[in-house]
Amino acid sequence: MVEQEVTIKNKMGLHTRPAASIVKLAAKYKADFFIEKDGLEINGKSIIGVMTLAAEQGSTMLLRFTGDDEEEASKAMVDLFDRGFDEEM
Amino acid sequence: MTEPKKSEIILKGIPASPGIAKGSVYLFRKHEPTVEERILETEEVERELSRLEQSIARSKKELRKIYDFAEKKLGNNQAKILEAQLLILDDAIIFDTVFERVRKEKKNAEYIVQDEIGKYHRLMVAARDEYTRERANDLEDVRNRILRNLQEQRLVSKFEGANIVVGQNLSAADTLILSRNEVLAFATEIGGATSHSVILARAMQIPTVVGLPHVAGKAHDGDTMILDGYSGMVVINPSEGTVRRYERKLKEYKDFEKQLSTLRHLPAETLDGHRVQLAANIELAEELEFVKMQGADGVGLYRSEVLLLGKEVFPSEHEQVQQYKVFAEALYPKQVIIRTFDIGGDKLMMQAVSEKNPFLGWRGIRVMLDKEDLFLDQLRAILRASTRKNVAVMFPMVSSIKEVRNAKKFLEEAKSQLKAKDVLFDDKIKVGVMVEVPSAAVIAEDLAQEVDFLSIGTNDLIQYLLAVDRSNEIVSSLYQEFHPAVVRFLRRIIERGKKGEVWVGMCGEMAGDPLATMLLLGLGLDEFSVVPTMLPEIKKIIRSVHYTEAKHVADKVLAMQTEDEIKTYLLRIMKEKFPDIPTG
Repeated sequence: MVEQEVTIKNKMGLHTRPAASIVKLAAKYKADFFIEKDGLEINGKSIIGVMTLAAEQGSTMLLRFTGDDEEEASKAMVDLFDRGFDEEM
Repeated sequence: MTEPKKSEIILKGIPASPGIAKGSVYLFRKHEPTVEERILETEEVERELSRLEQSIARSKKELRKIYDFAEKKLGNNQAKILEAQLLILDDAIIFDTVFERVRKEKKNAEYIVQDEIGKYHRLMVAARDEYTRERANDLEDVRNRILRNLQEQRLVSKFEGANIVVGQNLSAADTLILSRNEVLAFATEIGGATSHSVILARAMQIPTVVGLPHVAGKAHDGDTMILDGYSGMVVINPSEGTVRRYERKLKEYKDFEKQLSTLRHLPAETLDGHRVQLAANIELAEELEFVKMQGADGVGLYRSEVLLLGKEVFPSEHEQVQQYKVFAEALYPKQVIIRTFDIGGDKLMMQAVSEKNPFLGWRGIRVMLDKEDLFLDQLRAILRASTRKNVAVMFPMVSSIKEVRNAKKFLEEAKSQLKAKDVLFDDKIKVGVMVEVPSAAVIAEDLAQEVDFLSIGTNDLIQYLLAVDRSNEIVSSLYQEFHPAVVRFLRRIIERGKKGEVWVGMCGEMAGDPLATMLLLGLGLDEFSVVPTMLPEIKKIIRSVHYTEAKHVADKVLAMQTEDEIKTYLLRIMKEKFPDIPTG
């Protein structure tokens, strides 16, 4: 299992477009992917789940990967968060 | 047996899209599915699963169709509001769970869908930010769509002939689906004048009245209804007399419009040569043609926050420039005044802002001064659109000199950023502020030292001055446009502004009220910025009176002590001078 803490960097926070990017990226890996924020844990491969997170710029969350390709999955996902989902930061 | 004659019901709402319509009512009922829990026999499970699969597939197809329709009819940007729902329907994780639970728990699909989606729905509803709550509506819409398909009920959104659509609340998707029929008008209980469905209705030029108390309970399918999108009046089962009156009003409007078309290219000038500016308040590019046709002196208020409607992210500087340029180009050489985003804290997506008293809270310039990046983005965009020197910038909700100075500092910062990149813009761009907070009115003379113009926003000014929330039914009758304090306050703002050698305009509702035109003219107002549909009437009044006469009217009104007195006096003058202008 790999755990990584990340921060939302883009100005507009985790709205629909970034949520879609997260889910799309997660689907490329076999590893199970969960996101934990404020005591709430959701499946990171579900857009409905990610939409419930209500995360604004500056908020932090914990990413958890379990599975064969957990290392790669984690690296790619952390990178996506660090790039602020390629939006304005 | 003869049917008892239905009695006439008159309702007053908020006029949201102009026009008068008469027709029969089509009641739009939202499907509120009732779901029961049922245990399946083992041999039923497979059939249940395929039923679920078909329902989801059907839901996707339906939504796709609405999306395509919206795209074709209103363009890609408007269609995007349906994107979240399409994504939700594609959520394999959630729907796999739903399938799995039906299989394991052996319960009916309706129950499992309701229960599983309900978990997320509750979380979203509880969220503090507006954005997530909006997604909760999307999720609910999707769930209801699937449930409806599971119960093999068709969405009834088609009707025969032309009708007035009446509903409790119409979502943007509902408005779009319904508009595939011949819709004469929309009448709803909920909704503000700038909600997304209203913007769509206006873009499609369908008369609309919103905020009608209990209209969906009072009107029945097939009832006759008259809807007046100018005044916000709706009449259910109108008596013959009312029908005749409205038919006359409709004809009057048409005749009057014809007669007014001759005024289009004449200036807004009194008989004794006092020239004022008559400009338009505008939100959509679709309105430009009409505004130009009416020969308006430019745009006195462009509400830039409409760019945020239905959007999840703030439009980029580039997107904004494109939009602002459309207006500046279309109206060149006439001026376009762009008001910077006038939003409350709750409109900032992904911001968990909940204020006890939002009208006294974080809104207008207060928000933009705190959101430096967004503010600079917008100011740069406005500057970039100003190359032909016919763009001005205006700040809303100003309550102190300090705010104006700060806002101007941002403008200077935006200018130097553009200069550093050798981008062209109008270095002498005109700057104005809205006077809509009493404190701004009191310091009008000081404000005039800082800016090039003042524009009075009457709606907020009256609400703050009289301490009345006009959307509050209990006290709304205390909201008085012609309260003596309002009139005297207006005189003060206009006088002090002019003493500071700036022009003073008005972009609030009052500027477009024919009953107020002579008074405002007499008080010395330099610019009237009105809803485009009111341009001809106001011009007609201005062109038919003497300035000296208007000043006399203003003097008389200033000496009066009650609103009743003032209104009676103004109505009498209107009836005498302009019997053909519809007032109220």
